[in-house]
Amino acid sequence: MRYLPKSPAERQEMLAAIGAKSIEELFETIPEKYRLRDALKLPGPFSEAEIIDYFKQRAAENSLGYTSFLGAGVYQHLRSVITDTILLRGEFLTSYTPYQAEITQGTLQAIFEFQTLMCQLTGQEVANASMYDGATATTEAVLMAERLTGRGRVLVARSVHPEYREVLRTYAKNSGLHVQEIGYTKNGSVDVAAIKSALKDDVAAVVVQSPNFLGVLETLSGIADAAHGVGALLVVAIAEGISLGAVKPPAEADIVAMEAQSFGLPPSYGGPYAGVIASRDKFVRQMPGRLAGETTDTEGKRGFVLTLATREQHIRREKATSNICTNQALCALAATVHLTLLGKEGLREMAEQNLAKAQFALSELEKIPGVKRAFDGPFFNEFTLEFPRSVRIINGELLKEKIAGPLALGTAYPELTKHGLVCVTETTPRAEIERFAAAVKNILSKPL
Amino acid sequence: MGYPANYRYTKEHEWVDAKDGVATIGITDYAQSELGDVVFVELPEAGKKLEKGKSFGTVESVKAVSEIYAPVSGEVLEANPELHDKPETINSDPHGAAWMVKIKLSNPAELEKLMDSGAYETYVAAKGKEASA
Repeated sequence: MRYLPKSPAERQEMLAAIGAKSIEELFETIPEKYRLRDALKLPGPFSEAEIIDYFKQRAAENSLGYTSFLGAGVYQHLRSVITDTILLRGEFLTSYTPYQAEITQGTLQAIFEFQTLMCQLTGQEVANASMYDGATATTEAVLMAERLTGRGRVLVARSVHPEYREVLRTYAKNSGLHVQEIGYTKNGSVDVAAIKSALKDDVAAVVVQSPNFLGVLETLSGIADAAHGVGALLVVAIAEGISLGAVKPPAEADIVAMEAQSFGLPPSYGGPYAGVIASRDKFVRQMPGRLAGETTDTEGKRGFVLTLATREQHIRREKATSNICTNQALCALAATVHLTLLGKEGLREMAEQNLAKAQFALSELEKIPGVKRAFDGPFFNEFTLEFPRSVRIINGELLKEKIAGPLALGTAYPELTKHGLVCVTETTPRAEIERFAAAVKNILSKPL
Repeated sequence: MGYPANYRYTKEHEWVDAKDGVATIGITDYAQSELGDVVFVELPEAGKKLEKGKSFGTVESVKAVSEIYAPVSGEVLEANPELHDKPETINSDPHGAAWMVKIKLSNPAELEKLMDSGAYETYVAAKGKEASA
């Protein structure tokens, strides 16, 4: 089925109107060697039953029956069936680009409420309708700082999620943006002295993550002052949004880039995610993506519209603020419903449970001979442990016990081959933490 | 609204009022009427060097964001501080209170290439016909 069927006569009419002879002529600027001449090698077509079977098989590839101590940017949290019930409503689920103010007040209001929640959580003044994920949000925050300052250098903490940094490098590679990485100190926090000595008046932004990828909470005020001292902006990335139930919001930041997966989106087959960008009101015109705004209609009633769309691609073409011209509406809705159900007290309670359980897990694991805490900086629900042997080998053994062990940090940090990042959330039962600690102890007591 | 006879005009609908080596620059009545209600203006800071034909700022209306192009080259002496809080002045008084920047001309000869008010009025009238054709 064609989405917009056109007769050959209509096609000719359209071509004539723009002065082109053929459809082929429209693609003239693409070199011949890059043109697709053969049909795409796609499987199918499939029957309904075959499609359902396909997805059942893929769903079965999710690891079921395991207790996971993996976090590192993706977190297991309790979620309510109410979230799914609302998400599955056809009005929300099946509408694509649901932004026409005339007919989609519900969606626009949900986005507006999402933006409001994100501002309240991050201590910022304005948030957009959502980005793809935390990684692209962080990169877009850097590009935003580049436009705001007119500068082309950025300092990024090595303790920012390795995949966020990779996405940033991909964007920077051909755009002239210079990315300089800043190391971490003995206590696992970003090296503030190194930031200060690298800060010059050509730096657009300093990017840190809190809690950072090693689990450690950063102290932002000193970094913010240093950045602002030379006219640079502070970008704070947050991978674990639930931390904001216990930690002071990063109000010192000029731009906050956050992953909203923790708010009601289950970690399933690597997604889905939703990114957040929040910032100060005075920077709103350089904010990428979409923004829902509140207004009044001709009868004076409260209503919602997309606002500042004049800076987007479909109007401003190559001069647009960003190539992002959409948002994660459904995932943002999940976050909105989830946070509304939790409420302020619920979020705090959830965060406190994470803190308490992570502290308990640390104390149990530290009892094991040879296992020690790698960094003594304060943490939320993740912490780095140093083991007497390779984390990969330990994890291989743990899998036999149906335990997904800590993330091996050696892949992203070659100096941390014996280090593992342990994540414990409110979903991890106390008995499972004890079983995990006992299993690690048992593995380490056996000869290699 | 008439087009002041002592101003010079560009095809991109900017006006220039040059006196003693200093040029005051704004956008024309035609430009503001095409844009509609202006809600935001982005202007350069003093000291910035403008190059003839290059964009030096943006005007945002409820329906579009447009570039403002430098009609002549020179260094910015001052940007109109009133426009940030009252961008709507561009709609009400485009040739007067809504001036955008004052620049020190680096090549006054560039003024010769611009249209006078008569030529600009003819140019705008032709545009009007084009649109209604």
